[in-house]
Amino acid sequence: MADKAGEGAVAVTSGLDWQYAPAPESRDVVAIAPRYGLFVNGEFTQAASGRTFPTINPATEEELTVVAQAGPADVDRAVAAARTAFEQVWGPMPGSERAKYLYRIARIIQERSREFAVLESIDNGKPIKETRDVDIPLAAAHFFYYAGWADKLSYAGFGPDPRPLGVAGQVIPWNFPLLMAAWKLAPALATGNTCVLKPAETTPLTALLLAEVCQQADLPPGVVNVLTGAGGTGAALVAHPGVDKVAFTGSTEVGIAITEKIAGSAKKLTLELGGKAANVVFDDAPIDQAVEGIVNGIFFNQGQVCCAGSRLLVQESVAEQVVDRLRRRLATLRVGDPLDKNTDLGAINSRRQLEKITELTAAGEAEGAERWSPPCELPSRGYWFAPTVFTGVSQAHRIAREEIFGPVLSVLTFRTPQEAVAKANNTPYGLSAGIWTEKGSRILWMAQRLRAGVVWANTFNVFDPASPFGGYKESGFGREGGRHGLAAYLDA
Amino acid sequence: MPDKPAQPDAARLAVRKTYKLYVGGAFPRSESGRSYQVRAAKGGELLAFAAQASRKDARDAVEAARAAFGAWSSATAYNRGQVLYRAAEMIEGRAGQFAGEILAAEGMSMTAARRTVAAAIDRLVWYAGWPDKVAQVAGGANQVAGPYFNFSVPEPTGVVAVIAPAESSLLGLVSVVAPVIATGNAAVVVASEERPLPAITLSEVLATCDLPGGVVNMLTGRTGELAAVLAGHFDVNAIDITGAAAGSRAELARLAAANVKRVFLGEDDWAETPTPRRMLAFTETKTVWHPVGS
Repeated sequence: MADKAGEGAVAVTSGLDWQYAPAPESRDVVAIAPRYGLFVNGEFTQAASGRTFPTINPATEEELTVVAQAGPADVDRAVAAARTAFEQVWGPMPGSERAKYLYRIARIIQERSREFAVLESIDNGKPIKETRDVDIPLAAAHFFYYAGWADKLSYAGFGPDPRPLGVAGQVIPWNFPLLMAAWKLAPALATGNTCVLKPAETTPLTALLLAEVCQQADLPPGVVNVLTGAGGTGAALVAHPGVDKVAFTGSTEVGIAITEKIAGSAKKLTLELGGKAANVVFDDAPIDQAVEGIVNGIFFNQGQVCCAGSRLLVQESVAEQVVDRLRRRLATLRVGDPLDKNTDLGAINSRRQLEKITELTAAGEAEGAERWSPPCELPSRGYWFAPTVFTGVSQAHRIAREEIFGPVLSVLTFRTPQEAVAKANNTPYGLSAGIWTEKGSRILWMAQRLRAGVVWANTFNVFDPASPFGGYKESGFGREGGRHGLAAYLDA
Repeated sequence: MPDKPAQPDAARLAVRKTYKLYVGGAFPRSESGRSYQVRAAKGGELLAFAAQASRKDARDAVEAARAAFGAWSSATAYNRGQVLYRAAEMIEGRAGQFAGEILAAEGMSMTAARRTVAAAIDRLVWYAGWPDKVAQVAGGANQVAGPYFNFSVPEPTGVVAVIAPAESSLLGLVSVVAPVIATGNAAVVVASEERPLPAITLSEVLATCDLPGGVVNMLTGRTGELAAVLAGHFDVNAIDITGAAAGSRAELARLAAANVKRVFLGEDDWAETPTPRRMLAFTETKTVWHPVGS
């Protein structure tokens, strides 16, 4: 097919025209049940109220199944189960034994990885190549990494005998459903806490599959509990008096609401919130690599990433060149069926998110920035948004200040490194930043001055369980990953 | 007023000291023109009129701290350690004055007051050793599964509001301010409301120990009024509420949520040897990645 140019074929820089045959991953590996319960005290049960809500495939708007909607009575039950498990089983258990359970979970995730990848792709809308190569392997790696800490905590730098906090209430977002569950559960369990996890309303399925994995690993009942539901369920969980530790990943708005709600309580809190990362490209950067980094920075997971490089700061002398090459590169991106192995951009996770992206991009145009998207045909059903680049963006524009959480890049320019730093830091957020330059001393100079928790130099959006992740300023506090990630779950 | 500790010649009329605010390296009165009476713990004798800082003074102090943060946070750790050590030297030189003020403020014996001053000096010396070690203890290389060099370093959080302990007017104060500035933060401190005088004398030490102006700003006045302003201020990154009245902490934490401030509530046994915890509470871990390749 590659040598046969046809309608809709895309010209790449080689001058050749390419077409791809569909290469769908099989759905057969996944069996979705007609309804799902809550996972409490080691068993799947219905909500006390009997309420359920549907979860849909955002790429097709097809209803996948219905899941139980946890209410206050279910929160009570799950927190009580977690408390009992903490006091009687998991807390007193030697770290070396806890470690073995976590290793088991890591292994089962690896063994069932294709199933997880397909299910995640269906429920979330993200491309199978990302779930297969990023979300699922990283989730397994996270359990594997923290398993190793469970019996080594006295050497972690938090005193000779750091203690767990008790019951952790953990509320996670929809953009990396299984991976965020792993980021929350693995360090909490390794340090001896028990967990009540509330997955996002639109992406409950892989958390429930993970609950099944916990059963298959013979994890003692009550150590991990999964409550599906919407915002109300999460609010009831974090406010529950039996919860000693609250961990939240999501929007800054909700993070602030949670903080206000639990202010004055003894609950320990960590927050991983929004971002508006600057990706700074200097004139001496390897431009082709930088363009790949820009694309990965903002179009990975449809830009629905808190650390997305959503503000491109490019040095004025190369701005035109970078934007030209970026446009040519974007013309080669494939938007469509998330289960197709060639797909680069999948579906937006929900109608609500699509509406938010649509609203903010409209504001970008209304405020005078220039909007561009490559020609690309979007499926007629489902939630889709074409990769979009805004040029002529000023720092005052909403698209330069607010987190869009979608495949939308705002391009700004700068002349000097000092100006780049000032513009990069001109945001209430501080989660991540990128630097592209060949000059080593400039990388380190920039890295020192960027007020962000993760700085990627000549790379972007790379993650590892050994690498601490988390924000400055209004992007939240506390770290996930690495030795630092243990502190969130210890009396340190 | 506090003439007695210095035991001046009975025939000579003492030159009394005026206690003002310390903001941006200068000693202004409150812009509000207000002052309040500070009385001795025992006997209630009038010790001095302290400036009663206003909300505007608190905002000015935040501005001064923000302005000082850049240079102080990028000063070498060695330099910050030397400055803290020099502050310890300066207190040592004024030990008698501090002992007299603590004695009057806290109503303890002279022996206990001298011991407290000594403990405050030793605490500063302890923290003076930390700035160039904290990254080695709290940071490090991360072994990621890929061709990257990856390291983490602790960095100062920014502008930190410190509600100083109400009781321990010097040792408690030093114990909460030193860990904040050791790592490169700038501080806005609300001194003990009832016992503010040692804090102003400490400011004179800080003004002469090569600490850049604005790195520590000292406000005296009504804690309830000032703490709420700082807790809700959008250019304050963190707040230590240990010194705030127990009943006021929940409200301060709620105000602090608006811009995701780090809220710290620590131990308040100032006689205990500290741990790095208070210092690390006001740092952010920054992780830097770079590809490895030939």
